[in-house]
This record gives sequence, structure tokens and C-alpha cells, in this order.
Amino acid sequence: MKILLKGGRVIDPASKRNEIADILIEQGKIKKIAKNIRVKAKTFDIKGKIATPGLIDLHTHLREPGGGSKETISSGTMAAAKGGFTTVCAMPNTNPPVDSVAGVKYSITTSAQEGNIQVLPIGAITKDRRGEELTEIGKMKKIGIVAISDDGTSVMNALVMRRAMEYSRMFDIIIISHSEDLNLSRYGMINEGIVSTKLGLRGIPTQAEEIMVARDISLAELTGCKLHLAHISTARSIALIKDAKKRKLNVTSEVTPHHLALTETDVLGYNTNCKVNPPLRTEKDRKALIRGLKDGVIDCIATDHAPHLDQDKNREFDLAPFGINGLETAIPVLLDTLISAKHLSLLELLEKMTIAPAKILQNEDIGRLQAGTCADITVIDQHVTKEISRDFFLSKSKNSPYIGKKLKGFPVLTLYNGKVVWQDEKIYP
Amino acid sequence: MEFKRKDLLGLENLSKAEIELILKTAKPMKDLFTRTVKKTPALRGKTVVNLFYEPSTRTRVSFELAAKRLSADTINITANASSVVKGESLLDTAKTIESLGADVVIMRHPHSGAPHLISRYITSSVINAGDGTHEHPTQGLLDLFTIKEKKGTISGLKVGIAGDILHSRVARSNIWGLKKLGAEVYIIAPATLIPANIEDLGVKISYKLDETIKKLDVINILRIQKERQKDQLFPSLGEYSAVFGVNNEKLKSGKKDLMVMHPGPMNRGVEISATVADSTQSVINEQVTNGVAIRMAVLFLLSGGDHENIA
Repeated sequence: MKILLKGGRVIDPASKRNEIADILIEQGKIKKIAKNIRVKAKTFDIKGKIATPGLIDLHTHLREPGGGSKETISSGTMAAAKGGFTTVCAMPNTNPPVDSVAGVKYSITTSAQEGNIQVLPIGAITKDRRGEELTEIGKMKKIGIVAISDDGTSVMNALVMRRAMEYSRMFDIIIISHSEDLNLSRYGMINEGIVSTKLGLRGIPTQAEEIMVARDISLAELTGCKLHLAHISTARSIALIKDAKKRKLNVTSEVTPHHLALTETDVLGYNTNCKVNPPLRTEKDRKALIRGLKDGVIDCIATDHAPHLDQDKNREFDLAPFGINGLETAIPVLLDTLISAKHLSLLELLEKMTIAPAKILQNEDIGRLQAGTCADITVIDQHVTKEISRDFFLSKSKNSPYIGKKLKGFPVLTLYNGKVVWQDEKIYP
Repeated sequence: MEFKRKDLLGLENLSKAEIELILKTAKPMKDLFTRTVKKTPALRGKTVVNLFYEPSTRTRVSFELAAKRLSADTINITANASSVVKGESLLDTAKTIESLGADVVIMRHPHSGAPHLISRYITSSVINAGDGTHEHPTQGLLDLFTIKEKKGTISGLKVGIAGDILHSRVARSNIWGLKKLGAEVYIIAPATLIPANIEDLGVKISYKLDETIKKLDVINILRIQKERQKDQLFPSLGEYSAVFGVNNEKLKSGKKDLMVMHPGPMNRGVEISATVADSTQSVINEQVTNGVAIRMAVLFLLSGGDHENIA
């Protein structure tokens, strides 16, 4: 079947294309991008809208296996499709964690059967994510992991991290660091500062992140590995990464939409939907993150989509889990935070969500919108406004700081492999 | 002036006028204590529930007595004796208590923000009787009442708060209340027990009790918990006591009328010496008495009582 996307603005950050054109899709591939294509095909009028390569999320928690009440591969990838994503990288902190060949096989098989978009598995660095013994990185890589990470916790032992880096280098696989000194952050609930003092909650100093960012950059220099720093949240981390890049180290980094948009004051009133790790920081940090993104110190945006049930979030702040549900609100939040505020151009923003993460993954099949590439396409309507209610979410969980708020600019059509995986029925009935 | 709040969760959000109204209302409540019949029918027919998730004698008994002197029906629930041990969530427990017809729920909880959480979900008034390391508003109010009663005014006084500020809900409520009423507040504690950016609340920090004590009109000494030593917050109780404990020698170096307060329970010989606790400058027992009056005032005002009309 042929699909024609007619009259939209085609933005392909990889080739810097940014013009009004039609896109013809045939047999899962992009056949042609040109003006006024006339052909018999299922046609979507996307005039006034933007067509971009399907978005890529380097950091998603799909919760399966073991957390099926919060999210499954099926529901998580449906939420991703609605959010405009066609590829997500699944973090291995499931129950049991993806720390073995069997775990990776489960993830791959279930994703193939029940996933609505592409799921790329990430394997754990250490067995049971305990930070002690290395996993079978070579075997897991052979069957399909794209990175290793103990995300959710740090590999606290520097020697173990060094070995993991040296070893992973042989397989040309990226190592994703969740940078947190667990001793410094112990008992911590939110950023350490006046807000934690007022609320009587224990603080997590920015140094808990910065010390580990510095350590892992240092170890990357020692080992020559490909290091990717997850969810950067502080101004000083940006300075450390900037320096590492200046020294031509193989270091990349990501930032989440919530760290770009929110600060510690959003937690006031004990809002557990803003309880996240690393914590929301100060306005000064938030500005530094935006500048870092602009300057290229931060390579890409990743959601750190972390679904949690109401019953777990709706309780004492100290006892509620960390995490924000992020896939479905990423685009409107980023459009508001970065585009409306004129920090980035649309092409620059989309670059951080398409070709930039594809390059980090060294994956040439995704993140491009060109003739011959895979037809993973997201159509965004910048003008549509929605009030975010619980019913808005296709994710099984509703733990979003945006519930009750109005957001503007949403993906309205998502194609994965040339097939429509999500469409806004109000616009495309 | 009317008191228009449903809940009393902390002093941070109360205005100066609201605090003064509570203090003013507590005065006639205290006058009742010297009568033969120490009771008023103000809360007759109302149900007051003490929901305590932490061991407490002083505060729970004080609230219970306050409610009884106002003729309310009182029920005490302690966490280990209830469905909490069966794994019931805080919200479910709170909704059950609301459904049983509680007009006021007084809650003590080990986690900061717990009363704020339930107050959003139930129509009963919620009084925070101490939440984690956040606030203990009625303790703050009774401390203000005691200072005002003894010193005549709060504005312009130099008040020191000495001890574990990091973990202290009493310290936070005192700081908010004292600052709103115009006192100059000194935090006297080891650097490890001072929370981040506390100077943004308008307080001065001191690590030298022996110097700072000379300036003070009032010193409020907080209990130091022995467990904190395990977290490396100070090396030993002995060292703490030597540097930050208030003993007779330090007391004598201060002003003649330096008033000594302690929210209790005391560790005699650690943060406060027995001589200081029992000295004529100590108002520790009066704090306890005033606590009942303040809690009566709070219960009365939250139940819609008009302070001009106390029976």
C-alpha cells in the first residue's frame, strides 16, 4: 500500500532539509520526497503541519517483565507512538533485570510480538544491577543490545566501572552512566537547597551527580570507551562535559524534558509527580541545561519515561517512587520550553530527538527522512491544544506533572515502518 | 477577625494576624485552667480523632486534654494498633476516619507532608501534630505564647534555637512564627545539623554557643537524638554536649533574664544540664501547660469558634 503525506513542512535535521513537500511511502520505505506528487495512494493532508523522522528515545522504562501493572511493552510502545516516537531504548531495570542472554531474548521476542514500534534493548552492566560482577556483555551484544547501563543506580565501585568500560570497548558498545554517588544522595528526596529545607525533606546535592560525571569522564579517558551520560541535571555537570568534549573524549550526554522545563519549586506542596531522580534542580541549573543543549554540550533529549501507579505515587513523599511519565508530553513540553521561548529552532530541537540519538547508537537505519530510508515518520501539529487529563494517556500510568494543565503542539500522526501506528482521530478520523 | 482555614498544617503559610489570633484565643482558654470546672461546651457533639503514627506522650495527651476540655468526643488511634500494620495506605486510613464522622483529625506522622496529603482528600479539619522533619505548628505556637506571656512581646527579641535543626520540625515552626512576629532568630548548631540555605529564611547561623548565648533573650534547646551519631553528623554525644550543650556556666554567662525553653523530652546531661532544666530561668513546665491552651485555641478556631465568644 502506498501512503502520501501531502503539503506538510518536511524537516530532516540529518540533511538540513526544511521545506514544504510531499512524502510518498511505498513498502515501508520512503519512495520520494518532492513537491506536488500526484499518485493514487492513501493520502493524509498534512498542510500546516510538520513531518519529521520518527523520534528516538534513548531512555525509556517499559517495566516489562515484572511491572506489568505500571506499563507493558504493548502499552509503553503505544504511548511512545502517540508521543511521536518510533524507536525507544528499553532500560534494563525490570524485574528480573535484563542482565543475561535470556533476559535480552525475552525483551526482543516480546517487543517483536507486542510492540507497536521499534524497541532496542539495553543490557545491565552488572549482574542484578548490584555493581559487583559484569554481565555477559559480549553475548548480549551479539543478540541485540545497543548499550549497557545499570540505570536507576550507579556502579559505585570505580574498579568495576573501569573494567566494564575496558571490556565494553571491545564490542564497540556504549556504556550509559546513571551518575549518582549513592552515599551522598542517601535518604535524599529532592534537590538540596531552600526547598528541601522548607519542606523538611532530605536533599540530594548537585555534587552527587557531578562527582560521578567527573569520575566516569575520567575513566572514559583512561579506557577509551564510548560513554553516554544519562539525564544530566546540573550546571556544573555541563561544565565537566564541555571540558571532556574539548579534550575530544568519546563522551555524549542527554537531558530530559522535565529537567528542561521544571525546577525544584514545582515540588512545593509535596507534589510526588515531580519526585524524580536526578531531582528537579534550580532555575540556574535549568538555564544551564538549555544553554548546554544549544551549544551542543548536550547531544540529545531523552524522556526517562518512568511510569508509576497512582497507589504508589499517591502517598507519603518519602515513600513514593521516583519517576515521571514522559513519552506522551515530551513534544508539547519541549515546544513550549525551547521553541516558544526561542532558545532553539524547530530543526535544532528535532535534531536532538532524531539524528543525534541515532548517531549515538551508531544506527544508520533510523533518524533520517530521505528517499530510500525506512518510513518512520512523525507528523506534528504545532497549533493543536489539549488539556491533559488522566484519560489523555495511553500509558498505563498517569504520573505526570502536567495533569490538569493545557499544552500546545502534539504529534498527530505516527508512521512506523510505513504503517500508521498512531493517529489523532480528531484530525484524521 | 475570623479564622477561615480548614486545616492547620504549618506556620509557614499563616499570616501574622492569624498567628496573633490563635495566641489571643489561647489566653482565655488558659484562664479556664484555674477554675474548679476546667471545661467549656464549645465543641460538644464534635468528634476529634488523634491519629498517631509515631510514639508520643506529651503531644497526644495535650491534644486529648484540649479536646476534652472543649467537651469534644475523642478517639485515639496509634499506628501499631490499627489496620496500618495490615498494610492499609495512609489515604485509605484517613478516608475511613472521615467516614466514621471525624470533625477534626490530629495527625502525627514520621514523614514530612503526610498531613498535607490527607488534607487534600478528606473534608475533616486536619491538624499537623508533627510531620517528619517538616513542621510542628502547635509546638511553635505554644512556644510563641510562652515567650509573649513572659516577655510581653516577641518583636525585637533575640531568640536562639540550639540543636539538631536539620531534623527538627520544632525548629522550622519556631523560625516561621518568630520571624513573622518580628524576633531576631539565631540558629546554633554543628554545621552538619544545619539544613541547606536556611539563612534564606532570615536567620543568623552560629557555631559558637558560648559567644552567641550572651546576646540572647530566649534560648530554645532542642533534643539531640542519639541515632544521629551513627550517620556521622557528630562524633560523640560527649563532644556535642561540651560544645553545644547548655550548662550552668554557659547560662550564667548570658543575660540575667535569659529564658530557657525545651520542647521535651529532654536528654538531661546532653543538650541541657539538670541544673539549667530546673533553674528559675527555665519555663519548660509552663510550655507543657500552655500547650493545652494553644491546642484548645486551635481546635476551637478550626471548628468555627469566634474568639469573642468563649463560654
